[in-house]
Amino acid sequence: MSLPVDVHPPPRGGRIPRAASVHRVGRRRRPQWLAGLLLILPSLLAIGLFVYGFIGWNVRVSVTSWRGLTPTYDFVGVRNYLALWGDERWRLDVRNIVIFTTVFVIGSLALGFGMATLLEKGVRGQGFYRSVYLFPMAISFVATAIVWRWLLDNGTGSDTAGINKLLSDVGLGWLRSDWHRSEGGWAIAAVALPAGWALSGYVMALFLAGMRNIPNAVREAARIDGATEAQVFWHVTRPMLRPVTVSAIVILLHISLKTFDLLYAIDQRSLKIDTPSLYMWFTTFDGGFYNRGATIATVLLIGIALVVGPYIRSSLRRGGAR
Amino acid sequence: MSQGRIGFVVLLLIALLAALPLVSPGDAASAHQLEVFSWWTGPGEDEGLAAMVDEFKRRNPGVDFINATVSGGAGSNAKAILASRLLANDPPDSYQRHAGLELQDDVRSGKVVDLTDLYESEGWMEVFPPGLLDNLTIDGKIYSVPVNIHRANLIWYDPRALSALGLPGPPQSWSEFLEQATTIQSRGKTPLAVGPQWTQKHLLETVLLGELGVDGYLGLWTGRTAWRGPKVTQAIDTFMKVLAVSDVKSAAADWQPQLDRVMSGSAVYAVMGDWSYAYLALTKKLGWQSEYAVAASPGSAGIFDFLSDSFTLSVGARHSRLAREWLIECGSRLGQDLFNPRKGSIPARTDPDESLYHEYLAWDLQQWRDPNTRIVGSLTHGVVANNAWNSEIDTALGLLVQDGDIGKFAATVDDKRLETS
Repeated sequence: MSLPVDVHPPPRGGRIPRAASVHRVGRRRRPQWLAGLLLILPSLLAIGLFVYGFIGWNVRVSVTSWRGLTPTYDFVGVRNYLALWGDERWRLDVRNIVIFTTVFVIGSLALGFGMATLLEKGVRGQGFYRSVYLFPMAISFVATAIVWRWLLDNGTGSDTAGINKLLSDVGLGWLRSDWHRSEGGWAIAAVALPAGWALSGYVMALFLAGMRNIPNAVREAARIDGATEAQVFWHVTRPMLRPVTVSAIVILLHISLKTFDLLYAIDQRSLKIDTPSLYMWFTTFDGGFYNRGATIATVLLIGIALVVGPYIRSSLRRGGAR
Repeated sequence: MSQGRIGFVVLLLIALLAALPLVSPGDAASAHQLEVFSWWTGPGEDEGLAAMVDEFKRRNPGVDFINATVSGGAGSNAKAILASRLLANDPPDSYQRHAGLELQDDVRSGKVVDLTDLYESEGWMEVFPPGLLDNLTIDGKIYSVPVNIHRANLIWYDPRALSALGLPGPPQSWSEFLEQATTIQSRGKTPLAVGPQWTQKHLLETVLLGELGVDGYLGLWTGRTAWRGPKVTQAIDTFMKVLAVSDVKSAAADWQPQLDRVMSGSAVYAVMGDWSYAYLALTKKLGWQSEYAVAASPGSAGIFDFLSDSFTLSVGARHSRLAREWLIECGSRLGQDLFNPRKGSIPARTDPDESLYHEYLAWDLQQWRDPNTRIVGSLTHGVVANNAWNSEIDTALGLLVQDGDIGKFAATVDDKRLETS
């Protein structure tokens, strides 16, 4: 969630320092970059150590045979990576995360866009709805999971509860589902429901901001030219929302790959909803397989980088052209 | 002074302040301090711990007792935090572990001190049963002091439900259970309630114990019983049949709701450890033998499948002398009698004050002290398998429950035993 909607390059050239340096014309000129370097040095060091240093350490651990409480820094090459691909649980996890991501991203986008469109049309009490839709995001994923664990309960007979109970009470009992206890890929797809519930309000806010940024004049002009509302949407609104959509997708994708707490709390250790991040946690801290945990972390990082990298590059390029 | 320079000075100050914790001397080290790490935060167990701490403070006046508890996940959250502290060589003076091979990694990595001398000077070799001492011994030495004993191989039920169904009593074997299950199902009830993954592992352990007997069960962990052999395959097959008549497809979210299903009557039996006693008797205030009852799990009468919370002495403990005093408290008759009635468990010692243990606990204690009882350790609760193997069994069991491939499960568990030993 730390990802900004649009990445701006730092202001060029530093106009302000130049104004300040006018005072010192008579003195010995210090190189201009020095003050700047000193200013960013603390954060540079912190990021260098705590982000890149630790990534490096993690990659190092992923090529060792470290197991248990005795750190071992030997070198076993890519053995851990190969072992992972032969690991049945890992393959299951990869399948699960792909399903989860697909359902979660598409669902949140569709839901968020729908809500934004409705609010954009100017509903009475707009501000109220906007806050209500955003609230779920303010709840921690663990609390969300505890609530949804009950909502998605699949007890039968007198143990029927949650959504299934609601469905049967309004005469839609045939819609009853096993939710996160279903067979095959349906279980993990069901868990995308609470995740989407939590994040779609945020996507709505993004789209709403994007829609507000489209000048009404453009749409008006299209209408005067005889475009139908559908054509206005497709040819005017949609292209102008593209940057927002791309941002939303990238944010959702990287949240999806990292999701841990929700899945951890909703049904502990159920392999039906197991994902790489959960496997990483359990194998590291329950089993002491630090090498395997680090390998999973590295693969996850590469996965996220593949998603986020091109996006950042393209936004930087766009920013530079401005 | 230009604004830029003020800004620079401010930034510098912030950077210095941020770096301050790095150079501050380690916690103003008072010599009269003791840090004990546990995951006892639930109702009953925190009271038991507090009672033991009070007694400890009475014997060691002026001690600053730091109760470093981490709640959640039956200790799994605490274990993650503990692992990072042990790796950073910043251990608490004494920490909780399940007795048995859960401690093997700590022993082999040199994180805990050999306590065999303490056992001798305190005379614990005589007061703890030999079956327990066997399971406490790792590579020939003892590294932790058990405070309590829980029993895992138990089956809980509501006696009124049994008589309503016309069942004579709890099943004596798993085949009798499966026979009863047919009757129970025909009356529209679930024969067995289960909970999340670890309760299924707990069930597997009791089925293996009931089907293979003491020696067969013990051999699983030492390599004398062949996982790939026909007997084990048969036992796992029984487990799958038992699971098939349970509510595993809509399993309860935790062990308390699992028992709730039995007490509310939608299910008839639940296999669970005796922490259930504190929940049923103390929290839900149900009547012993009238509203809830318990028996040894099918096929395990006369066998005590135990688990135990124990405390260690860390290598590099800052307050090693006080930590030893704490361990003496943990192993003492008084300490165990203070803790256990509150937590709802029994003392590891065989010489407690019997008048403190009632209802289920009295029966439990009598079985624990009976010299004819065979004592075995629990798999799910860390006694008989080290952490690495145990977590690989978790994965294999998760896959078994999904795909039902018994041969693959047995082979994986067998292979992983060698890989992780």
